[in-house]
Amino acid sequence: MNDTPNTTEIPQDDTKRAPAIQVGHSPHLSDASFTTRRMMIDVLIALVPVVGMAVYVFQFYAVFQLAVCLTTCLAAEALFTKMRQRPLSLFDFSAAVTGVILGLSLPATAPWYVGVIASVVAIGIGKVIFGGVGMNLFNPAMVGRAFVMIAFAGAMAASGYESLQTGIDAITQATPLNAFKQMGISTPLKDLFLGLTNGSLGETSALACLIGGAYLCIRRTASWEIPAGVIAAVLVMGGLADIFGSSDNWTVIHHLFSGSLLFGAFFIATDPVSSPLTPKGKFIFGAGIGFFIMVLRFFSGYPEGVMFAVLLMNAVTPLINRWTIPRVMGE
Amino acid sequence: MKKNIFSGSGTFPKGIHPPERKHFSADAPIEVIPTPKEVVIPLQQHIGAPSKPLVKPKQTVEYGDLIADNKDAPISAKIHSPIFGVVQKMAITTLPNGRHVQAIRIKAEGRQFTVDENYRELMGGRWSKSVVGYDPDEVTRAIHDAGIVGLGGAAFPTHVKIAPYKKKVDTLIVNGCECEPYLTADDRLMRDIPDTVISGALLSRFAMGIENIIIGIEENKPEAIAAIRKSAQGTNIQIAVLKTKYPQGSEKHLIKAVLNREVPLGCLPADAGVAVSNVTTMTAVARAVFRGMPLTHRVVCVTGGGIVQPKNLLVPIGISYGELIDFCGGLTQNAARILSGGPMMGFSFADLSMPLTKGTGGITVLTHDDLRKEAATTCVRCGRCVDVCPMNLIPARLAVAARHGNLALAEKYKIGGCMECGCCAYVCPAHIPLVQFIRVGKAQIIASKTKK
Repeated sequence: MNDTPNTTEIPQDDTKRAPAIQVGHSPHLSDASFTTRRMMIDVLIALVPVVGMAVYVFQFYAVFQLAVCLTTCLAAEALFTKMRQRPLSLFDFSAAVTGVILGLSLPATAPWYVGVIASVVAIGIGKVIFGGVGMNLFNPAMVGRAFVMIAFAGAMAASGYESLQTGIDAITQATPLNAFKQMGISTPLKDLFLGLTNGSLGETSALACLIGGAYLCIRRTASWEIPAGVIAAVLVMGGLADIFGSSDNWTVIHHLFSGSLLFGAFFIATDPVSSPLTPKGKFIFGAGIGFFIMVLRFFSGYPEGVMFAVLLMNAVTPLINRWTIPRVMGE
Repeated sequence: MKKNIFSGSGTFPKGIHPPERKHFSADAPIEVIPTPKEVVIPLQQHIGAPSKPLVKPKQTVEYGDLIADNKDAPISAKIHSPIFGVVQKMAITTLPNGRHVQAIRIKAEGRQFTVDENYRELMGGRWSKSVVGYDPDEVTRAIHDAGIVGLGGAAFPTHVKIAPYKKKVDTLIVNGCECEPYLTADDRLMRDIPDTVISGALLSRFAMGIENIIIGIEENKPEAIAAIRKSAQGTNIQIAVLKTKYPQGSEKHLIKAVLNREVPLGCLPADAGVAVSNVTTMTAVARAVFRGMPLTHRVVCVTGGGIVQPKNLLVPIGISYGELIDFCGGLTQNAARILSGGPMMGFSFADLSMPLTKGTGGITVLTHDDLRKEAATTCVRCGRCVDVCPMNLIPARLAVAARHGNLALAEKYKIGGCMECGCCAYVCPAHIPLVQFIRVGKAQIIASKTKK
C-alpha cells in the first residue's frame, strides 16, 4: 500500500552501484501538491481573517477561548488515539481545525470549563467513537457545541452572550439576532458586514468569513457547491419572507450577514467528512442547511439555527449520497 | 485554437492534467535497434485465444516467417519471426502484467538485416495514398495474415475490428492522442513517417467500406499535427485537434470528444458506430498491404528520468526490456521503478529479461523523486476522485465496497465501468490506492461469477 522507497545511501566513490528498483501498482504518479494535511492547513489559513476579527472585537476573551479549545482538542486527540493504540494523529491538523472552529463558535463570555467540555465531547464523541478522522457521521465541532449548548443552557443561550462587567463594547450589547427576535431592533447592515457586534467569536464579521471562504473555494479545499446551496436557500426563503412577511427592518440581506450563517456555510458545512460526495449532493446538502436555518430562525424559540441545521443535514448525508449516484458515462 | 468542425467539443468532462514530461524523448527521432542475439516471442500477445506454435525446436526460420497461429479461434492473431534464426526449446515467460505464457525462443543465426536495411524496409521509401488495384477483402486478408493487433496497448486483433460489421460503423477514428505522460512513440511516428499513418488509414477505410476518417491528436503535439495535416492533403481525412487532458487517448473519451457519442456501458466502440485504431496500427496496416510484410517490429519509447539517454526505437517484437534499456545507456543511479507503458496505467516489473510484446509502446523508468512517499491515510470523503473520474463513477465508494468484499454494492456503483485510468488515485489527498482496491473488487466479482 505504501511504497516506501529504498533510502539506502549510495556511497560517493561507488558509482557502479546498481539502482534500487522496486515495484508497485499503477498509477505511479500522484499529485503531491494536495494532501489531507494540506487541506487542513488550508482551513487554518482561511480562518486567519476570522480569528483576526474575533481578536479585534473580543480581545482577550477571544484569545482565551481559542487557546482553551485548541489545547483541549489537541490533548483529547492525543489521549484518545493513545487509548486506541493508534499512531499519533495530531499532525494531520484535523484536531486543530476542530479546536479553532469550536472556539470560534462559542460566546466570548463562556466560562473556561464550557470550552474544555465541548472540546472533549467534540473529539471523543464527535470523532473518535466513530473511528477517528474520516469516519465521523457528524461535524465534531458541532457535536461538542450542541452538547454544551444543552448542558450549560445559561452560558450558551442568547442572554449568555451579554455581560455588563466588561470593558468591551460588543459584549455589552445583545446579539443582533437576539435583539431583533426579542425587541424588533434591527442592527445596521454595515455593522453586520464588518462584524462590530456581539455573537459567537467567529461569526460576527461577514466580511472575514467571505474572505476566508473565498480562499477555501478557490483552493478547492471546500466545495463551492455547499456554501452556494446554503446561500441560495437563504436568499429564496428570506426573499419570500420579504415579499410576504411583515418585518420591514430585517431583510434577507440582514439574514445573510447576521448570526453564524456565513461562518457556517463556509467553514462548518464544508467539512468534507460529514458532507456528501458528489457535486449535486453537495448542493442539495447546502440547500438543506439553508432551509433549516431559516425555518429555525423564523419559527423556533432559538434566534439562530446553524448548528442544528448542520447536524440535521449531516444525518441525511448518507441518504443524499444514495440519491445522487451520478450517471455513469455510456449508461 | 481553430474551431472544431466536429460534433464533439474537442474534449470530454472531468479527467486530470498530470505533468506531461514528454521532453525526455520528444526530440529523439526514431532509430532502429541492431538485431538482438535472441528473441523470445510469447504466444499470447493479443486479446483472444493464444496462438499455437507452427515451428519445432532446431528448425530454421527466416525474417517474417509465420511461427504461430490459431485457425480454430475466431479472435486470435498470427505471430511471425522478426529475425533470421533457429528455434530453441519452448519456454514459459512472464509478461509485465503478471501473466505466464508459452513462448517461442529464436536464436539469431546467419546474416541479419543491417540497421539501414531494416530502416528502409520498415519505414523508408514512398507510401502510396491510392487503393486502386486492391480489393477490400484482399486488404482484410493481408491485415489478418500480417498478425496485426491494436498497437495502442489493448492488442485487439485488427482484422476482427475492421471486418464489415453487422452493426453500422460509419467512422474510423485514428488515435494519435498519446495522453500518457512521458510517452512519445506515437508523436514521433506521426512526425517521422506521417505517410504510413495516412496510407494505413486509407486502406483500413477501404477495407471497412466507410467514408469518414478522423485523426485525433492532442494539441500538445503541434509538430505531429502539422506533419499529419501535410501528409493528409489531397485526401478527405480530417484532423481533430483535441485539448490536452488525461485520459483523452481512451477510446470512449476520444469518441466523446470527436463525435459527442457515448459508447454504451459494457459495449465496444462499434456499438456507437465507430472503429478506433491507433496511429502505429495504421503504419503496420500500410506495411502489410503495400509491402506484404507482417507485424514484426514496432516503435517503442524508452524514457523517463531513470534512463540515461531516452530514445524512440524501432525494435523487433520479442526483444528483452533489458536490451532496450542498455541501448539507451542503461539506468541512472536514481532509477526506482521500471514500467511497461506509461506512469498512469503501465505495469511495473523488475525482471529485465522479459520480452516486449506487440502491445507495448513504451518503457518508462521513474526515479525515486517521482514516486509518492507518504503512507495512505483514511478517506476524508472530499470527493476529489468524483470530480476527476472520466467515467463519472464514485471511486471512493467503489474502493470501500471492494475493500469490504461487498460485491453487490460494488456492482450497484457500476464497478465494471472503471477502466483503471488512475485519475482518482492520482488526485487522492489521502494517498489511497483506489485503483488497486477497484481492481481487486473486479477480480472478486469475476471469480464469484465463474464459481456459479
